[in-house]
Amino acid sequence: MKMKKILVISLLAVFGVYLAEVLFKLDFGRQFFQQGVKDFYLITSPIKLQVANTVTAIVVNFRGFDTLGEVTVLFLATTAMGSILYKGRHQLGERTVLFSGSRIVTTGSRLLFPAIILLGAYVFIHGHLTPGGGFQGGVIIATGFLLMLMAYADYTVSHVVLSVVESLAGITFATIGLLGMLHGGSFLQDFLPNGSLNDLLSGGIIPIIYIAVGFKVGAELTGLIYTALNEKD
Amino acid sequence: MIYYLILIFFLLLLMIGAAIYSIVQKDLLYAVIGTGLISLVLSILFLLLQAPDVALTEAAIGVALTTIIFIITIKNTVRFEDEVYQKKPSKTEAK
Repeated sequence: MKMKKILVISLLAVFGVYLAEVLFKLDFGRQFFQQGVKDFYLITSPIKLQVANTVTAIVVNFRGFDTLGEVTVLFLATTAMGSILYKGRHQLGERTVLFSGSRIVTTGSRLLFPAIILLGAYVFIHGHLTPGGGFQGGVIIATGFLLMLMAYADYTVSHVVLSVVESLAGITFATIGLLGMLHGGSFLQDFLPNGSLNDLLSGGIIPIIYIAVGFKVGAELTGLIYTALNEKD
Repeated sequence: MIYYLILIFFLLLLMIGAAIYSIVQKDLLYAVIGTGLISLVLSILFLLLQAPDVALTEAAIGVALTTIIFIITIKNTVRFEDEVYQKKPSKTEAK
């Protein structure tokens, strides 16, 4: 037992030494920090990329690969939660919400639902012009579906449609990255014309990617909520 | 400027208060609402500190989605902290 502990600690120490060596050897953007990487972003994104929202330019264009990783992390998290909660493919448990809301609640939800979906779509379509983007818009759309699921006891969403939408959105993201590879030489290279500042169709690949991310996040979180609501203890 | 600082100070105090409330509270539903309040105040703070993107994310995920998932969890498990020990006496023996 003691031998095992010593072995584990020494292994971790060796691993840590190598990791630390690599990390210290890397000049983590030292020259860029001296020049100010924020100045580079603030100057480049309105002038060269024609994107009004610098945060979106950083998230999708300069750090596009990180965003792909982020989307993957979210996908894995929802898959894990779904696989824990989902009991059987054809036998769902009883809904946690067993009764419909009162007439005021159902009518209000039915009125609010399109407005919430519209707000979510606005947030991710205008991600490069105003604050917001794919993640926020997707979550807002999921909240709209949540409202309907809570108000109506018999409201259902199709898992098949959700998975198709989610997969298509993910495929779009990866395909655009590969197309950039074909055109420019690197993954997620900007290959579309940039247009002019503050136009809806501007910023190259940013609107397409953010619309894909919005659909993906919305479908994932709606499926997550639906699975959690249908879970039987 | 001084009013701005006072407002931020007040919001921070509110956040700390909500956090302490949600730790102390035995009724887990109220505790979850406390964590939702933390996220709400935090999103207002992000907006005041000129980070609207982060504020939007925090409002959508922190206030709405996380709270709802916790409420669903409470609905499927137990509502009061003491019930955990009442339902499973083996757990208290182990501790």
